[in-house]
Amino acid sequence: MEEISFASQLLQYTITGVTIGSVYAMVAIGFNIIYNVTEAINFAQGEFVMLGGLVMVFFRVALNLPVVVSLPLTIMVVTAAGILLDRLAIRPIREPSVLSMVIATIGAAFFIKGAAMFIWGKNPFDLPPFSGRNPISFLGAVVQPQGLWVVAFLAVVVVLLTLFFDRTMMGKALRACAVNANASSLVGINVKYMILVSFALSAAIGALGGIVITPISLMEYDRGAMLAVKGFSACVLGGMGSFPGAVLGGLMIGLIESLGAGLVSSGYKDVFALVLLLLVLFARPSGLLGSAEVSKIKKF
Amino acid sequence: MRDMTEDFPLRKNKTLVHLGGFALGLLLFPFVAQRISFIEHYLDVMVFVGIYSIVAMGLCLLMGYAGQISLGHASFFGLGAYISGVITVKYGVNPWLCMLFGMVVSAVVATIIGGPSLRLRGHYLAMATLAFCIIVTVVFNESIPWTGGPDGLAFIPGISIMGWALDSIVKYYYLVWTIVFVVLFLCLNIIRSRVGRALRSIHGSELAANALGVNVDKYKIYVFVFSAMVASVGGSLYAHYLNFINPASFDLFVSIKLLMMIILGGMHSLWGAVVGAALITFLSYEWLHFFEDAEVMIYGAIILVIVIFLPGGLVSVPAKVHGLWKGSKPKVKG
Repeated sequence: MEEISFASQLLQYTITGVTIGSVYAMVAIGFNIIYNVTEAINFAQGEFVMLGGLVMVFFRVALNLPVVVSLPLTIMVVTAAGILLDRLAIRPIREPSVLSMVIATIGAAFFIKGAAMFIWGKNPFDLPPFSGRNPISFLGAVVQPQGLWVVAFLAVVVVLLTLFFDRTMMGKALRACAVNANASSLVGINVKYMILVSFALSAAIGALGGIVITPISLMEYDRGAMLAVKGFSACVLGGMGSFPGAVLGGLMIGLIESLGAGLVSSGYKDVFALVLLLLVLFARPSGLLGSAEVSKIKKF
Repeated sequence: MRDMTEDFPLRKNKTLVHLGGFALGLLLFPFVAQRISFIEHYLDVMVFVGIYSIVAMGLCLLMGYAGQISLGHASFFGLGAYISGVITVKYGVNPWLCMLFGMVVSAVVATIIGGPSLRLRGHYLAMATLAFCIIVTVVFNESIPWTGGPDGLAFIPGISIMGWALDSIVKYYYLVWTIVFVVLFLCLNIIRSRVGRALRSIHGSELAANALGVNVDKYKIYVFVFSAMVASVGGSLYAHYLNFINPASFDLFVSIKLLMMIILGGMHSLWGAVVGAALITFLSYEWLHFFEDAEVMIYGAIILVIVIFLPGGLVSVPAKVHGLWKGSKPKVKG
């Protein structure tokens, strides 16, 4: 049997880390979009990813529709779920406070998770990869083609979002809400509608993450919580509210987790990202790319 | 600005009457239950209600009075359970001493985590406690030589008081509920003391409390440590009752259930904690067995309904009904 050099092991862990890190980055971007507009953390963010994976399984495997059809359909379904979340769980709260938002999104996350368990059961599901399972050999390590799709989709999301926020009216309106919601409504921006848009957008991006990672690591009904916490770690690490920070944070968390699991202990795999989260929160809550002064002014 | 005193009713005379009635009901319950066959096993569930009430009351003090979110209280519950379990199983030490030791360890952990965490606010604190919860669950699962890992820890001995073994459900029921009352009195004392007033001022506005000279950080940690120690006691009682524990009983799901207990009952009320604990425990152990597949969904729906329609929890219902009954009189603000 071929001996695997340490360097290729490292490369392998790096590749895995970048792959999963891209998903964490997508979750983090979703968190940031909602946070920027509402200053609230959507604890149900991870559930969108989970839904993306499972709904895609339905369209692709159960209904046997090709990827080009099932992918947009899945995104539409999960976006609808995000809109429902805003309308049914967030908007009706009469006196929004930090605590009630936290509890409401946790309740919604639970409801979505429970619905998924009810519909799909507890078993993990697999998706056929977009372009086959033949691994590509690269400098002694192995790259799955699906992994390339993951990174590609992350890049597409980042580019599209940048264009959206810079070049479209709605994007600019969203940014205005992030700066000051009251002032935005004074200039005629419908803030409640912007909140809806932010939830819809976050749901769509989360769904994309779920769709694209399921062929690699399967998907089951209760993955949402772990994804949410790690995505949040990425957010905080990169700087809450910052999109480049989200990408950077996501990739770093993915790498740390993968290298930790490979080099230190795979049982404690989930702990690495969480301990890092706690350290960042305790030592430098503004994260790597965030500004320390801004994070003090923010509502929480 | 809302008058905070409405949230924290302090009528002493009514409380004693309520407490007396409640105590009487609890005292008589086993006799009633043992006569009626289809609720006979409710006695067993009531032991768990008592245990979770203890944990919930501590959490109520932390969240309802000091206003700090904790999504990780199941970890302190688990810490107490595992310390009691491991030390009695491996070293045969007296369970009461182990319970005390569990309280000390929980206090220490709470101080270490609480210090930096409580400086965070709102969502950050919620996420930090969530992360703590998951970390502890992983540790419980991975420390196989100590905890037995996912397979759990078995043959945990029961408790006895000075040689009198508490080996029946009824005896354990009375023990647990006695401890519930002890904790209830402790919590009521805290609420009515200077510490309680300080906590309420912190909940109202940390900035204002700080400006008035209330040592916000100190009090937040006090409550956090107290609630952790109380949760640990609950955990020890749990371990000695079931004689078997595994990490799944102390995971994020349980933390959220604890949260649900105080939200459902009413965050600002100790009664709410007990009522919430009773309802959620009965739902988990009894009533939702039929709907097992939809259990998580129902919990989510409960949380959403309470947050949107009944933010004061179930204990706010009598006051609301009373208000509706009397007819809405226009309030004149003088």
